[in-house]
Amino acid sequence: MKLNRKDILGIRDLTPEEINLILDTADSFLEVSTRPIKKVPTLRGKTVINLFYEPSTRTRTSFEIAAKRLSADTINISTSTSSVVKGETLIDTARNLEAMNPDVVVLRHSAAGAPHMLAKLIKPSIINAGDGAHEHPTQALLDMLTIRTKKGKIKGLKVAIIGDIAHSRVARSNIYGLTKMGAEVVVAGPATMIPRDIEKMGVKAFTRIEKALSGADIIMMLRIQTEREKLSIFPSLREYATYFSLNRENIKLAKEDVLVMHPGPVNRGVEISPDVADGPYSVILDQVTFGVAVRMALLYLLVGGVGDELPA
Amino acid sequence: MTNYLLRGGRVIDPSQNLDITPLDVLVEKGVISLIDQGIYRRATIRRRIKSGELEEINLRELVLCPGLIDMHTHLREPGYEYKETIGTGSKAAAAGGFTAVACMPNTNPINDNRAVTEFILRKAKSCGLSRIYPIAAITKGSLGESLSEFGDLKDAGAVAVSDDGRPVMNSAIMRLAMEYASSFGLSVISHCEDLNLSAGGLMNEGFTATELGFPGIPSVAEEIMVAREILLSQYTGVPIHLAHISTRGAVNLVREGKKRGIKVTAETAPHYFTLTEENLKEFDTNLKTNPPLRGREDLLAIKEALKDGTIDVIASDHAPHGRTDKEVEFTFAASGISGLETSLGLSLILVEEGILTLSQLIEKMSLAPARILGVPGGSLAIGSPADITIIDLKKKWQVDPLKFYSRGKNSPFAGYILKGKAVLTMVAGTITYNEIGKTT
Repeated sequence: MKLNRKDILGIRDLTPEEINLILDTADSFLEVSTRPIKKVPTLRGKTVINLFYEPSTRTRTSFEIAAKRLSADTINISTSTSSVVKGETLIDTARNLEAMNPDVVVLRHSAAGAPHMLAKLIKPSIINAGDGAHEHPTQALLDMLTIRTKKGKIKGLKVAIIGDIAHSRVARSNIYGLTKMGAEVVVAGPATMIPRDIEKMGVKAFTRIEKALSGADIIMMLRIQTEREKLSIFPSLREYATYFSLNRENIKLAKEDVLVMHPGPVNRGVEISPDVADGPYSVILDQVTFGVAVRMALLYLLVGGVGDELPA
Repeated sequence: MTNYLLRGGRVIDPSQNLDITPLDVLVEKGVISLIDQGIYRRATIRRRIKSGELEEINLRELVLCPGLIDMHTHLREPGYEYKETIGTGSKAAAAGGFTAVACMPNTNPINDNRAVTEFILRKAKSCGLSRIYPIAAITKGSLGESLSEFGDLKDAGAVAVSDDGRPVMNSAIMRLAMEYASSFGLSVISHCEDLNLSAGGLMNEGFTATELGFPGIPSVAEEIMVAREILLSQYTGVPIHLAHISTRGAVNLVREGKKRGIKVTAETAPHYFTLTEENLKEFDTNLKTNPPLRGREDLLAIKEALKDGTIDVIASDHAPHGRTDKEVEFTFAASGISGLETSLGLSLILVEEGILTLSQLIEKMSLAPARILGVPGGSLAIGSPADITIIDLKKKWQVDPLKFYSRGKNSPFAGYILKGKAVLTMVAGTITYNEIGKTT
């Protein structure tokens, strides 16, 4: 079975059936990464370009490993080594890459809508690896795979997303995905980090975190971008940590078997205290493992050849 | 120069409360010399037509009105000739039915001195298609710090001062500008935007921006400055004109100000009563404007304000851009719509919807801007220059930006089927655009 679409631009466009297909496929790829020889020939002869206009370690590495375990050839382009510094436009860069016939372009870009623009212009499949504060679909998919694997379901769970919702693509993609899959989603953070009319996305919003934590099955902490401090959306990291971080005390408001998630990179002692990040509830490293499987699944579903079998 | 008998049209002139069908208009030596029924039957007139001294144009089923005036355009020259020139902008104006346009000072160099104003007027004269009214910068370099030389600019031919695109944030400077401008009879036009509130914003702040993850431009960024300008106008007694009003709150403030007798006038642009922020979901950079497209309730408030007279003027905010300005990520794209050639067609929808009568629409697109700018035009009074627009209300046409006379092909209205079009434009008795009888 294949996904009947050229690109993965956002979770907003996906149906629950498509999300299930991606997660089921990822399930079957999980095992590949535990083999002594972590490679299947599924995408032999395919080319995947990671085009990253923003710094990234985790996501870029994850995509590269995913592609390599499927035997695809991968190329990484990041702003510091590309002709971007020479003033070439995104469209021109993409057209030049297209002329070399890649099968997939994985794009990370600071401008919302950049992957959507490329998807309309060039033939290869585009996977959005994060566009501005808009969407980060593969992160939401790996989060959903983590939840589904650890909890056995998504439907009916209460998920609290805590932090800078306004500037978070992870929050948006997870809100789309989790609400589609039947979870109850609440968001919380200081009022300066809660975007206008967020309730219309089908979530409850709080401006202190305790109500959101209360009875939560899942707590998703977002990274506080310390460089945003300049904009004064909060006065100091110290104050943020005091009132809005997840710690050993306020985690008790959540269910006993709560899972703590974080898309990384973690600011220890800012949005999450180290003992919680490393504690028994934390599935932060599982998320990273599941990330490879989800990205393998997407590459397979988008460009896997007809007749290609899932790994036996 | 040719004399014309414009025969048998529906003649509308809001300045004289005129809307009569059929009526003949005689244009001699560039001036409207006679308006009456059945001029064409007169023996002297028939003789003149026969001798070729007078040209007869049949306006059956067509509307004849005072030449349209677009009081808010960007003609980009000097400095940004790849986006537009005074020549191409004048052609676009004529094709859009405009006999006169006012152009904003954000050129390069900025129009903050006599040399630039005179350059613009010289260029305008050499292409001769439209009357061009330069609007000068309120402050030197539009930096918001010290006043431009209003007296010298007025003498050079500027009709108004404005901070369009680079708002004067300092209220004391704005107050001085209004007072000083009144000494020279220059109109003051304000682009209402609190730059601190709008900083970094890319589209209207609201649900769509939240969904797309775009930093928002809140409606209150416009409204705070609308309130400031109205209060400054009240305090100084100097009239103020507010450019491109886009929000419900702004409309309410203007309505309230007018009720209290403050000399405030306001304009809006066709995109604010045609499109909303929801249109942005596909990241079309042609929809990026400043102020941004707003919400549904704002659009409805704009229409209501057009209907009840709170908004005096429809202007295109013609903002032509080159492909390189728009074929980039939405975040980095330039703001603005190339609007001269779609302004009338989109505005006629208001007549179709019953929001304005045709006469009211013509008033907002000719008489009202003429009065606010203090320029001639907007009237078919006998003896006035023959600035005339002929409109075919029934003509259906499809918007194709590639066929625009403007260099700016940046229109989100590509593919729209519009009903109603200017088919002949005449400036001081000279035809500057004519497609009567042509099929498009």
